[in-house]
Amino acid sequence: MSVSHNDAYVAFEHVQKSYDGVSLVVKDLNLNIGKGEFLTMLGPSGSGKTTCLMMLAGFETATNGEIKLDGRPINQVPPHKRGIGMVFQNYALFPHMTVGENLSFPLEVRGMGKSEREAKVKRALDMVQMYDFINRRPAQLSGGQQQRIALARALVFDPSLVLMDEPLGALDKQLREHMQFEIKHLHESLGITVVYVTHDQGEALTMSDRIAVFNDGRIQQLAPPADLYERPDNSFVAGFIGENNKLPGIIEELSGDKALVRLATGEVIDATAVNVTQKGQKTLVSIRPERVEFKPEMMPEGAHMIGADVLEVIYMGDILRAVLRVAGSDDFVMKMRNTQGQTRLTPGQKIRVGWHPQDARALEPM
Amino acid sequence: MADITASEIPAGGLVTSDGRPLKTALADAQARAKRRAFLLVAPLLVFVVVTFIVPIGQMMHQSIYNDGFSANMPRITAWFAENPIGTEPDETAFEALALDVRDSAAAKTIGVVGTRVNYEMSGTRSLFTSTGRKAKDFSEPYHEALRAADAKWDNPELWATMRQVSRAYSPNFFLAALDLTRDTQGNIVRVPEERQVYVNLFIKTFGLGLLITFTCFLLGFPIAHLLAILPLRWSNLLMILVLLPFWTSLLVRTTSWMVLLQQQGVLNSLLVWSGIIGDDGRIQMIYNQTGTIIAMTHILLPFMILPLYSVMRPIPPSYVRAARSLGATSWTAFRRVYLPQTLPGIGAGSLLVFILAVGYYITPALVGGASGQLISNLIAFHMQDSLNWSLAAALAALLLAAVLVLYWLYDRLVGIDNLKLG
Amino acid sequence: MKKLLILSTALTGASFAANAQEVNVMSWGGAYAVSQVEAYHKPFTAATGITVVSIDADNPATPIKAQVEAGNVTIDVADVEYADAIRLCDEGLLEEIDMAMLPPAPDGTPAAEDFLPGAVTDCAVSTIVFSTVFAYDTTKFPEGPTTMADFFNMEKFPGKRGMRKGAKANLEMALMADGVPAADVYATLETPEGIDRAFGILDKIKTDTIWWEAGAQPPQLLADGEVAMTTAYNGRIFAAAVAEGKPFGTVWDGQVYEYDLFVIPKGAPNLEAAKQFITFATDTQRLADQAKWIAYGPARKSSGALVGMYQDGKTEMAPYMPTSAANLTNALASSYEFWVDRDTELNERFNAWLAAN
Repeated sequence: MSVSHNDAYVAFEHVQKSYDGVSLVVKDLNLNIGKGEFLTMLGPSGSGKTTCLMMLAGFETATNGEIKLDGRPINQVPPHKRGIGMVFQNYALFPHMTVGENLSFPLEVRGMGKSEREAKVKRALDMVQMYDFINRRPAQLSGGQQQRIALARALVFDPSLVLMDEPLGALDKQLREHMQFEIKHLHESLGITVVYVTHDQGEALTMSDRIAVFNDGRIQQLAPPADLYERPDNSFVAGFIGENNKLPGIIEELSGDKALVRLATGEVIDATAVNVTQKGQKTLVSIRPERVEFKPEMMPEGAHMIGADVLEVIYMGDILRAVLRVAGSDDFVMKMRNTQGQTRLTPGQKIRVGWHPQDARALEPM
Repeated sequence: MADITASEIPAGGLVTSDGRPLKTALADAQARAKRRAFLLVAPLLVFVVVTFIVPIGQMMHQSIYNDGFSANMPRITAWFAENPIGTEPDETAFEALALDVRDSAAAKTIGVVGTRVNYEMSGTRSLFTSTGRKAKDFSEPYHEALRAADAKWDNPELWATMRQVSRAYSPNFFLAALDLTRDTQGNIVRVPEERQVYVNLFIKTFGLGLLITFTCFLLGFPIAHLLAILPLRWSNLLMILVLLPFWTSLLVRTTSWMVLLQQQGVLNSLLVWSGIIGDDGRIQMIYNQTGTIIAMTHILLPFMILPLYSVMRPIPPSYVRAARSLGATSWTAFRRVYLPQTLPGIGAGSLLVFILAVGYYITPALVGGASGQLISNLIAFHMQDSLNWSLAAALAALLLAAVLVLYWLYDRLVGIDNLKLG
Repeated sequence: MKKLLILSTALTGASFAANAQEVNVMSWGGAYAVSQVEAYHKPFTAATGITVVSIDADNPATPIKAQVEAGNVTIDVADVEYADAIRLCDEGLLEEIDMAMLPPAPDGTPAAEDFLPGAVTDCAVSTIVFSTVFAYDTTKFPEGPTTMADFFNMEKFPGKRGMRKGAKANLEMALMADGVPAADVYATLETPEGIDRAFGILDKIKTDTIWWEAGAQPPQLLADGEVAMTTAYNGRIFAAAVAEGKPFGTVWDGQVYEYDLFVIPKGAPNLEAAKQFITFATDTQRLADQAKWIAYGPARKSSGALVGMYQDGKTEMAPYMPTSAANLTNALASSYEFWVDRDTELNERFNAWLAAN
């Protein structure tokens, strides 16, 4: 899904943010989010993603630039007038109120009548299957239950934009995966726009329409999950999302997006040029472990294969993971599906490995 | 969470594998640990009992017990016990009295007797001491001898008073502490208006205590909030400023208020210098109620700030943010979300400040002048000046009772588990 | 009961065995204590080698009861007022003092005849006659108030007043200000109407009065400008005015004078040294010497003739003495009989009056 400037529901325009007047935590952010989109801001801590979310929510002010909501600048609008639902990392359920009172709160401050409030609270709690808990206090609920209440509270006043700040961070793995599904489901059935902040790439890949990868105050890449995973724009994204093999080398030949790269050991491999521009340039070739092939019959016509030593093979259940020495680096990883009849490699074995040129991305080293 | 149903427990309770009852086995196993734990706290227990519980018990006892008369005047005390109220004193009574006065004078305790009677009936102390000086020459008939020594011995009011004080245990000091007294018939009546002091002073003490608590809250809440939201290195610095007064002598703090607030003091001179008031319009800010309120608010402020801070510090900013994102104005978010969560701190701070305020003595004594005196100043007066320890004890016991009632009320209204001291 | 009290006191407040070569004298602090140190303590130590420890209190009579009853006496000699001396003695809290141990006058007159009438009692020996007078700031009132009535006259002499927090002396002064002759003051105070009348006079200045407790306070209040006039012990005002050159004037009209006495609490740790000290301090020369340091009259007739100059060597003491004829024209001798009996009642009434708004 790509969104133009005109139909952007949320727009960051040249937004900059500094806390100390010396350094910028957000550097010239431009981002358009479409109505109904599920956009995830992903990045390591300190990358500026949470700051962006807080600026959108109104708890931080942009030092420069403009944030627009539905075409309207909101820099000067206080948070309670933005009508944005928000789910916090620690849920922020009011401990002195019952579940019902928590949900009723946003409706009360909007001056809604009692019967209308009760109906809306019931509907929101039903939505997360928590109506039976209406009279409990947050402390009497489990983490997952609190998470659902927090979700229901952020949705009860029908906001069209909901912000979520690492909402699943405190849950265990199983519950987290279940909640991911539920949130995604709610997003689809309600047609709301969601801006989701996380540092968990798995979560980002599972849920999002598009992911904005943050690092060092900038968006490194903004793309749907598959593009991001398969076609990282730069070595940060390649390294941050999923596991990646990196082979340093020099561009030998360059024609269009096809490149020949000479590795340190003198071998030559095929790669797709992403952000390298000229021959002789240093590059880092990134290859996903699951795209590495060692059977010549699986390779395209004329593709290069290079020699490798098997150092270690780890049995992981669904896959087999082999650590290889390739072109002088001994942390090269290859993943093989654990299928019936899969060739079992043994340490010390010498093999040849290769890949489709489009899976090897020649990137400018950072 | 062992849900053992009744059917699983054998009659007579569970037994261990070697057949001992489980309860006995458990008690044996824990006895050693319990003994050690007890020995560990025993020194503290002894310390608390000796230095805290015993003196308070003594004080309470003294408020209803005074044997100044009965111990030194055994004969007349016996006569009062044998003869019902309303009996006219006869020669036996006068004989008992005369011999008691003689013996007491010889034992140099006549002053104690006179003082005890004087508490109840003013102007009788010297009657005892002067009669005591003549008593060694007394002879029969004793009525005549006493009348010759002083005609006041025939006063029926004196006899009624002596009958009252002949009982070592009496509620009279509590009556006095509540501005009540007994008339000659033994009925409880209010003391004349010009001598009523304690009830009004109790009311005033509690009123001032409330006011000081409230001003402490008004000043302490924003400070505690600031401390709670500042980064740790700044809040630690500020905390030192809050705690600094603790490291300064109470007297120094109080006298520095004198320097600041007196009529020729810093504040008044500043106001005069800046032309806000004229030199003849210097404001009386100390040696009155205002002085007490200002100085005590300052001294008690940390007791409000510390519990508030300890409650506020762990409240994450996300609660208020959540409320704001849900559509609440900053005032609503404060009132409905932040304030209720600080209630345990407010409760603890207020209770602490109030209880300290109603018992404060040295500050009102120094800066309170006449109108800023509290009940504790009168307790001190009776402890130190009038030496009427029984009345002091009765006043202190009433103060203690009032504070306990307050504590109970707090428990009923707010819940004592809703109290966080830090 | 008493055992418990002793037990807890012994446990909470450690009492130290006092050194035999030491005597603890508790007095009123300030210029008065200085005069005693100069006239008694220093010569006593020089003569006997016994160290004198001078301790200050607002009223040295007050700790005596607590100390004796708790069995933890640390004071050997205390300087108290007459009514307190009588009361403490009657309650058996003081050691008796034998008149025979007091030295005769230089001309051989026995002590019993040399001391002023009533100056020696069973348990106490007078050293000086002091007076409660009122003093004023001469820069505020150059003409100066001259009578007791002026003290209560807010129209003619506006400004804050200072008075001792307590009934004693205040009630007498109020009545004298209202025109009651000194001779009739106590008779009037025996009646309820008389008491009402006295409090009625005090009412006139109540809202403008700062109440002091320690004798050192009134000269300070006057010097700070906190009050324009205050009652005070005459010696304190003398010390501030003459020694420190403060602009204070003293009004002798309506003064209330009384004895100050040395007593020995029962169970004093250094009883013999205490007796030795009293014998030494109350001889004719020592009493006369004290007048070099403070304007209090000696309690011995034979000392009067020896009183000369203030220690600055140029101030004649006589005009500053409460007992000099010029100052006695309208003066009242404080009645200990009255105060021994009425102290409780009138202080209660005074406290009630003070607390009422």
